[in-house]
This record gives sequence, C-alpha cells and structure tokens, in this order.
Amino acid sequence: MDPGNLALQYFLSGITKGSIYAVVAIGFNLIYSATGVLNFAQGEFVMLGGMVAVTLAQFVPLPVAVTGAILAVAVVGCLLELLFFRKLRHHSILHLIIITIGLSIVIQEAALHLWDEKVRSLPYFTGNEISSVRVFGAAISPQVLWVLGAVGVSVAGLHVFLRYTLKGRAMRACSSNPEAAMLAGINISNMRTLAFGLSAGLGALAGCVISPITMTHYEMGGGLAIKGFAAAILGGLGNPMAAVVGGLLVGVLEAASVRYLPAAYNDVSAFAILLLVLFVRPHGLFGAPAGAQVREH
Amino acid sequence: MNPLTAILTLGLSLSLLAPAPSLAAANSGPIKIGAIFSVTGPASFLGAPAAKTAKMLVDKINNEGGVNGRKLQLILKDSAGSPEKAVSFAKQLIEEEQVLAIIGPSTSGETMQIKALCEENQMILISCAAAEVIVNPLAKHVFKVAPKDSHAAVLIYRTMKDHGIRKVAVLSSNDGFGAAGKKQLEDLAKAEGMEILVNEVYDKQATDLTDILTKVKSQPGVQAVVNWSIVPAQSIVAKNMRQIGLNVPLYQSHGFANRKYAEQAGVAAEGTLFPASRIVVGDELADDHPQKKVVTSYKQEYEKLFNEDVSTFGGHAYDALLVIVEALKKAGGPDREKVRQAIEGIQGLVGTAGVFNFSATDHTGLSLDAFEMITVKNGKFTVYRK
Repeated sequence: MDPGNLALQYFLSGITKGSIYAVVAIGFNLIYSATGVLNFAQGEFVMLGGMVAVTLAQFVPLPVAVTGAILAVAVVGCLLELLFFRKLRHHSILHLIIITIGLSIVIQEAALHLWDEKVRSLPYFTGNEISSVRVFGAAISPQVLWVLGAVGVSVAGLHVFLRYTLKGRAMRACSSNPEAAMLAGINISNMRTLAFGLSAGLGALAGCVISPITMTHYEMGGGLAIKGFAAAILGGLGNPMAAVVGGLLVGVLEAASVRYLPAAYNDVSAFAILLLVLFVRPHGLFGAPAGAQVREH
Repeated sequence: MNPLTAILTLGLSLSLLAPAPSLAAANSGPIKIGAIFSVTGPASFLGAPAAKTAKMLVDKINNEGGVNGRKLQLILKDSAGSPEKAVSFAKQLIEEEQVLAIIGPSTSGETMQIKALCEENQMILISCAAAEVIVNPLAKHVFKVAPKDSHAAVLIYRTMKDHGIRKVAVLSSNDGFGAAGKKQLEDLAKAEGMEILVNEVYDKQATDLTDILTKVKSQPGVQAVVNWSIVPAQSIVAKNMRQIGLNVPLYQSHGFANRKYAEQAGVAAEGTLFPASRIVVGDELADDHPQKKVVTSYKQEYEKLFNEDVSTFGGHAYDALLVIVEALKKAGGPDREKVRQAIEGIQGLVGTAGVFNFSATDHTGLSLDAFEMITVKNGKFTVYRK
C-alpha cells in the first residue's frame, strides 16, 4: 500500500471506532444536559437496544425491529426514572449517579437471565460481512456509514428538539435552573422522565446500528460506556455535537497510535491525550467553562 | 446467581446443617464432585456448556445406578470467570464440602490461581482449561483434559508449511488464553521454521480491529494471519480482514471451535482454518473411528436436551467427569489417594477430546493427534483436507 492510502486506511479505521464511541456518547450528553446526572447505565441502554432488536428481527423486518427496540428501550428508560429517581429528587446529584451505577449492574444481570450469555448480532443493514466501500485506496464497512448516519440524525434531531420546541426548551431550563423552571410552571419530574426515555431511545438506536460491527452481548455496556464517557468528556459535556467530535477524535487517536506503537498501547495513548486535553481545558474541547453555567445542585 | 446455582447453594446450605461427615460416614451417601465453571461472565461460552454437560452427565450416571452402586452429587459453582471467586469456591469445596475432586475451572487464569491450593490440600483438580503451565511443572494432584496450546500451535504451523507459508502475523487478545497462545507461537516459531513479522495484542473487549489489520497489510511479506483469542474478536478479525481487503489465509486457535463465532462472522469466516478436537465434526468421523461412539452419543444427548450445538468446551467437562468415574471404578471407592493413582494409570480412555493416556509424568493424557485441522465451509465446520 502506498503511504497516502495507508494513512487513509488508518484514518478510516479510526472513524469506524470513533463512530461507535460517538453514537454512545450522544446519549450520555442528553441526560446530563437535562438533569446534570452522568448516567452510567447508558451502556446498558445500548446493549438492551441491540438485544431487543436482535430478538424482534427474528419475527419482523429489520426496520420494524429497530424501531420496536428504540421504543421498547425508551419505555424502559422512562420506567427506570419513575421507579428509582422520582422519589429521590431531593437527593444530591452524586446519589443519583451512584444509583445509575447500581442500575447498570441490575440491567446487565437482568439481560443475562432474559437472554443468555451468548453473542448475537443484527445482520448488516447494507451488504454483508465482507462488503466494503472503497474510498480511494482504502476501504470501510458500509455499516460505519449507517452509524455515522445515526449520529447525524440524532444530533440534528436533538438540536431541533432542544432549541426550537417548547418541550426541549423546558428541558434545558430544568437543567440550567430547576427552581426557576419550576416557578415558570415546568414539571421538572416529567422532564426528567422524558430525558431518560429519550436517552434510552438514543442508546437503543446506537445499540442497533453498531450491532453488526461490534456484536451484542449482555456485558458489552461497560466497555462502551467508558469509551462513550471519555468521548463526551473530551468533547465537552452537554453538547451533542462536541460529543460526536470527541468520539471520532478518540477513535482516530487510537488508530494513529496503532500505526506507531504496539496495539496494546492504544488505550494508553488515547487516554493520555484525553488527560492532557483536560489539563489544558478542564471543560473539554467545546464545553463551556464551569463558571458560565453554574449549577444549583 | 442463576437458578441452578441457587438450588445447589440451597442444597449446600441445608447439607451444612447436618453434622460434618466423618470419613466413615463418607462410605455411604452420594460421592461429592465439585465443579467450578464460569457459567456467566466473559468466559461464559466456555463455562456455560461445561456446566450443562456436567449436570447432564451426572444425571445420566445416577439414572443408570451411579458408580460402584453409589450416586454422584455435583456441587456446581459459577466463578463468572473471576480468579478471586474461583479461589474462594475452591476453598469452600475443599474445606466445607470435602468433595472427592474438583472439575474445572474453565479458564487457564482461574486454574493457575487454585493449582497450588489444590496441591497443598491434596485435592484432585481436573482442569478444563488449555494452558501448558497447568501441568508443567507437574503437580501431583492437578490434571487437565483440554488439549495443549503447544499442540494447537504446532498443528497450525505445520499446516502453514504445507502451503509454503513461512511469514506470519500473530494477533492475540490481552487475556490469559491469548497470552499463553502468543507465547507458544513465539517459542515454537523458530523450531518450526516460521518467522513472525507482526505481533500485536489487542484489548479483549475490542470492537473493531481494522487498525491492527491495516498494520498487517502494510507489512510486506505477511503470508497468513494467526489470531489467538476466545473473545468475540475472533469474528471481528475475520470480518475486518475481508473488509479492508487483506486477502491472506486466516488461522485461528482452538478457541474458534464454537459455531457461534463462525455464525457471527458469516461469509467472512469461510475458509478460516483452526485446530480443534473431533467433537465439532462428529458426523464426519468414520464409523470405525475410536471416538465415533463417544462423540456421537454426547452430541445427540446434549443437542436434544439443550437445543444448541455442542462445543469442544462442554466436551472438556464430559471428559473430566469421565476420567473421575473411570478412576473411581478402578479404585473401588472414593479414597482420594487411590483415585488419584488410578487417574495416573488410565490408558486408552476415549473421551470427546481424544484418547487419554495418563501417567505419573503426563497429566494431560492427550497427544498431538487429539487435534484435527478444521475449516469453515458454507457456514459449517468440516475436516480440512488439502
């Protein structure tokens, strides 16, 4: 391979990984924007989305299965909020975060019992296991384009929702100043439920589009959540577009690291750069400095 | 905790209420056999079929009247692949349950954690994991029934040589299985006349390997890729190679001997070569093959009962129990030292993984011919013929 094509191939494998991190990171962001909670069960929403879709796909066409999975997991997200968070709204953010860690373990165990320990996956949306799209001298799986598509749709949808709809604006209001939002007649609890449902749905969408690439099994959530979280932090929490850039960046950094160092070091290099960025810009690449958005929690 | 372990643990706690069994009391009642498998967790594809198999076989033996007129009692523990849990379960089985022998654990990492513990307590351990270090250096009470890593590596290299392949790329996962295989491939390369041009380790949770494979592609002269892991990456590596157009043969370790992985890789798995015991190709064995009967009957019973394909990993549990039962019959009763000696005397015992010939110095019992080179054809495993 000539050097140009080689570099491009590394870049495309970085994009492949990065798109996975990005699509997971978006869900992280929404709950954070709306509630200030870092939801460590986000990886489990991704896993559930994949699991439900794989199960449904045995009976119905793929698009229906994916839609069904998104709706089902969104409902699960709402229910979890109603069951575990609603009663606790006067507790600190820290309590809520710890609860999400507990939830992630519970969901994982539940998935193990509902399904089993086996690895499964959705079929490739376009082509099959060996198809690839040629980009000059390099190649990328068409499924990555689907993941990037899902990223685009999620980001655009969220942007429109949060900026231009009443519900979306109300959600942002709850995040920036809960008391004022309450005084303005916004039902904070319902907004939180909505945010959990939406995040869970976005997670499920991510779980469906990445399933052909990464495959789906009950334990996949933890690893994805860590990478997705890193991506969200790198980009700057609270901004979906920043999460996407953060995700792609982490992926490309990992791939670039493999080019020069043994592959065993790729996490080390990615996280070293993450730390460096955070030293210089503690609020992430695109996040607003902490002072600009004081939280009343 | 799954229902199975729950029931077993309940039974166990009830049995604890009874007075501790003295040696005399051990002459009646069921013979206790401990089992530690990673039924859940990252190595569940090893442990889950093993636990099912062990349960199935013990039920079968008991329905047929037990061994020497006494029933077997299986005490199954789910280690979830964690060495710490394996250690505490091993202690429990040794001290509280006073089992005759322990079968499992499923992974080499867990086995190595309890090897010394079992040796100190003179507890017979029949491991279902593959690594060489389990039986080398030799421990008097520690045996294993899974074929050796080194045999798999030798068979892979020899098949390559038949195809004129001399220069390879080695990929392995960063867990015990991957590390052990990587070491065997490195150690044996020189003796077998192979040259390793790329040698990379990836995370066991890797979701995509195109970057590492790009590195392989950019290295001139690589004639084949060997991947050594037991994680889903086995399917990912096959897919990614085809996606980026790395068109050299792919060899995998015996970890690929689970149809699930070939299924997940779909058409990308076609032509993948890997060593495995004959259980995955039971239908293809000649009727007069010594393993035909054992392999076919295990396969039929398992697939009927659990509605899933047999794998070599469940087979290891089958063989471990078979070894204990055979030794029990020879020893005449559950005297641990006599049983241990009887195991060392086992010759020509036909199991799912091959024909076992143990001795005082060989606690593996299997030879190189326990492995067959298998390939994937139309989504099915089939014996590889040049």
